[in-house]
Order: sequence, then structure tokens, then C-alpha cells
Amino acid sequence: MEISYFAIIIGAIFVNNVVLAQFLGICPFLGVSSKVETSMGMGAAVTFVMALTALVAWPIQTYILVPLHIEYMQTIVFILVIAALVQMVEIILKKVSPSLYQALGIFLPLITTNCAVLGVAILMIQKEFNLLQSVAYSVSTALGFALALVLFAGIRERLEFEEVPKAFRGVPIALITAGILAMAFLGFSGLV
Amino acid sequence: MSPRLRKEVKMNKLKIALSGIIKNNPTFVLVLGMCPTLGTTTSAENGMGMGLATTAVLIMSNLVISLIKNLIPDKVRIPAFIVVIASFVTVIQMLMQAFVPALYASLGVFIPLIVVNCIILGRAEAFASKNSPLDSMLDGVGIGLGFTLSLTVIGSVREILGSGAIFGINLGFSDYTPLIFVLAPGAFLVLGYLMVLFNKLAKK
Amino acid sequence: MKSTLVNMTAVLFVITLVASACVGVVNMITEEPIALAKEAATKAALTEVLPAFDTTEEQTLTIDELPITVYTATKEGAVAGYAVQTMTKQGFNGVVRLMVGFKPDGEVVNVNVLEQAETPGLGTKMADEGNPLLGSIQGQKLENKKLVDGKLAVTKDGGDVDALTAATISSRAYVDAVNRAWMAYKSVATGVEPTDVASGATTAAAETNEPEAQEGGQNE
Repeated sequence: MEISYFAIIIGAIFVNNVVLAQFLGICPFLGVSSKVETSMGMGAAVTFVMALTALVAWPIQTYILVPLHIEYMQTIVFILVIAALVQMVEIILKKVSPSLYQALGIFLPLITTNCAVLGVAILMIQKEFNLLQSVAYSVSTALGFALALVLFAGIRERLEFEEVPKAFRGVPIALITAGILAMAFLGFSGLV
Repeated sequence: MSPRLRKEVKMNKLKIALSGIIKNNPTFVLVLGMCPTLGTTTSAENGMGMGLATTAVLIMSNLVISLIKNLIPDKVRIPAFIVVIASFVTVIQMLMQAFVPALYASLGVFIPLIVVNCIILGRAEAFASKNSPLDSMLDGVGIGLGFTLSLTVIGSVREILGSGAIFGINLGFSDYTPLIFVLAPGAFLVLGYLMVLFNKLAKK
Repeated sequence: MKSTLVNMTAVLFVITLVASACVGVVNMITEEPIALAKEAATKAALTEVLPAFDTTEEQTLTIDELPITVYTATKEGAVAGYAVQTMTKQGFNGVVRLMVGFKPDGEVVNVNVLEQAETPGLGTKMADEGNPLLGSIQGQKLENKKLVDGKLAVTKDGGDVDALTAATISSRAYVDAVNRAWMAYKSVATGVEPTDVASGATTAAAETNEPEAQEGGQNE
């Protein structure tokens, strides 16, 4: 039975938003998202790496791990693939487009430990998607990540001008804000 | 070694193990490992299970990394650490699947994701790669227990408020509880307010 | 330690090799317990959804491109019931697996949720005892329900299965899996070739349409 691409895409961006509903990629979400501009950079870098990860990890799982019956090596193999991919993207970007490297470079090393990337790779296998569905799923998850990041950064830019009680300052107020944003995203659950 | 000195050393070891629980609490002070903290604390049991699984990986990886730290060239330090951590995670994953299948099923994707838990790589980099194997293990125990404790507390609060139960024991008001605490927003809100509470108490 | 190309590659290679070997060993050790745990889970699910039985015989069919396993349970030589391990990919969060038990005459004995990743407190209620989904089909013959295009459907889609509150997607997924179980049951219980589900279903109940023809509407 086919799942429609529309359902995958809307589901991954809004309904099951990777940050606000699935709790993946919280570290960069709390760490990087204090400015709209840097959030966009991070979002773009993550989208790029996630798309590549899906393209590489899916064939590895289907044509190497499953036929050899070593599915249990999945975690190790996937994290190595992601680390290698990030490193490669960094090197290529440096050579090909120094300006893009300037913009995205600082985010790239952070992506290896972004659990959203590994999480998506594992989930797309678990959900038994085919290659095209996996790519659609990864890209839309990454877009959902970028969306949450940018929205959140917008809110936090405003929060800077507010008088926040001392004990709430920093991470606590960020978490509570995220909670309210997550509540707003709950409203999407009727969409698909 | 004089008896006094020996006592001091002992104190130090205890300090390493205990600092992870309050002073260096991974969740409330260091703010590390937020993904599993939010994702798996829908109930006290899940939070505790996740905490213990992470602790096991942390102790083992700290030990091994501390043992092999002098053999690893600097430039490949991080990839080498990741391989070590990923192997232990896979081992824990298989053991849980074999012996606690129900818990394994409810923690889902967050078990393999222990690999990218910043706590583990962070301790490998900040502590285990500079200290002796024994100290590294103790550090793993302390940080791991701190993490387990935080997760259990968050899980309990969410379970009580959201499902009216604790560790699966019904407290008798489950019909009147706001579901929101078990859902995603509740995770953020509970953790946020607990952090405020921790800040307040820690200051005094 | 200073990094040279040789020692970097060598060290990484050795570490990966040793790590893989260790993981491989643990895999060999845990393979049996994992298989046993899975078997025990299946057995527990079978006893929960079937009337008393002594032996089961399993066969796997493909229905709508998904593998469905039918366990034919017998007691003292006579068929006691059929348990169908069914699944759907249309859950709120991916795959949902159910075990649906049928009496030989087609009455639904019980349904056990084997695997789901639905939203806690909403979709997860499908696994609770006495939930409306189960209540709508338990102890009934499915062909006597109000069918839409020969299939069960939630009230929102014109059928008469009560959905879970605020979890329409999870409810539809549940119904989708039950429908697939029903088709599998019919093709096994009536002895029609398992691969030819569409015609098998037609023999068993004239109102059942070609399963492929209705997929379009199910995704929304």
C-alpha cells in the first residue's frame, strides 16, 4: 500500500514536527536559535545533509545490511555515514563555494551530533519507506526543523527586550516558549 | 601514602561521583541530552529506563575511551569516540531487546539515538580523554545517576499530572487530569518549570 | 598523539574492527533470547485473541502489498479460530501492528495491539481495554457491520465504527488493519488461494469489492 507523498510531506513538516512533536534536534534548537538569520543558515545546512543522508543510508540498509543480515550494525554504520558525509560536504563546500562555506561552515560540525539527522535515517527505515519516500520524508523533516527554528528565533529576538524574572532567564524561558509553540503545532494534528 | 592523604583521595573519588547529581547535573545545570529528556519522559518508568540505559553506555564508553586515549591520534579523536560509543549503544540495544522487550518498544528510536546524546560525547571529550580509567568510570556513574534522577523526576511529574498515576500505579484521579502533560507541549513546560525551581533552590 | 595519515587510518580501522567484532559476538549471544522474547509475545497475543486452543499453524499472505500472517488454531483436531497478525502503514506515526482473533464463523473475539507509536494519551488508547474501536467490533461478525465499499469504516467516513476521541488518523489506521485482517481471514477460512485475495473475498462475501480500487480515499 502506498502512502501519498502529500501525507508524508505535510505530516513531517507540521503534524509530526521533528522538534516540537518528536523531540529530535533540541540541542541546536535551543542553542542556535537566538537569531533568525543564523537559524536559517542552520536550517539550510541540516536540510542539505539530511537529503544526502537519506540518499546514502537507504541503499546501504537495503543493499548491504539487509542481504548480509547485519541489520544490528545499523546504528554504527549510519552514524559513520553521517560523520563522513558532513566532513565531505565541508571539504567540497570550502573548495567550490567559499561564500556558502562562510555562511554554513560553522554549523556543519554541529550536525554530526544533531540527533535529528540520525533519528530520521533510523525512522525512515523503521517506517519501511522506499528510496523516494525516504528522501521526501527527510527533506520535509528538515524543512520542519528549519521552520521551528526560524519561528522560535523570531520569538526569542523579541524576548530579549522583555523583563524576564531571574530564575526564568536563559533555558527555562526558552523551554516554556517552546512548549507554547508546541501547543500551537498540536492544532495541525487534524491536517492529515 | 599517609592515611590522611589516602582519605583525601577517597574523598576526591566520592566527589567525582557525586558532582554529577547536583553540581554538574547534566539536565538542569549542563543542559545536555535534551532530546531523550523530553522525548522519553512520558512516564516515570520510561524516564528511568532511558536514564539507566544511558548510564550503562556512559560508564562503559568513559572507561574504554580513557583506556585507549593515548593510542588515538588527535585528528580522528571524535570519530574514534563515536565508533566506541555506537558499539556500546548497539550492545545495550540488543540486550534490552532480548531481556526487557516492552521497555525497548516504548523507548523506540531513542535507544539508538543515545549515540548522539551530547552527554556521552561531551563526557568522553571533557573528562575521559584526560583522566584515569577509574575516575572516568566514576564520572560516568555520577553523571549517569544525575541524568537518571532528572529523567525519573520529570517522568513522574508528567505521569502524575497527565495520567494521574506514578510508575503505572493509578492514583485515583486519572479522569480529571489534563492530557497536555503527556503530549509534546507538556514536556517542554514541565522541564522549563522544573528548571526554574532548580535555579531557585540552587541559589539558596 | 601526533596525527599522520598512516596512524589515523590504522587506528580508526582497528577500532572499527574490534568494535564490530564485539557487537557481532553480543549479537550471537542475544539472538536466541530476542527470538524467544518475540515468540513469547506472539504466543501471549494469540492466547488473548483466541478461544482455547492446542496448536497453531501459520501461513503468510500478502494483502495490499503488506505481509499478513494468519494463525489457524485448532483444538482436538477441529478449527478453534483464526488469529491474524495484520498491519497498516497509515498510523499517525507510521506502522501499527494488530493481532485480530476470529471465531471459525467470523465473529471477532478480541484485538491485541502488538506495535504502535501513536500519540500518548490519544492514539495509544487503541491498546486500552474497552476502547470504542474494539467495542465496535468485538463479538460481532464484520459482514453485519455498516460497510462502506465492502469495508469497515469509522463513523466519520460513513461506517459505524466509533473512533477514538481526537485521534481520527489512529482510528482509521486501526480500521484499515482490521479490514486487512478480515480479508486474510476470509481467504484462509474459505480455502481460496491466498494470493488471489480479491476473488477470495468475493466468494466469501459478495459485497466485497476489489481491494486496490479503494486506496485513493484512504490517505486523507
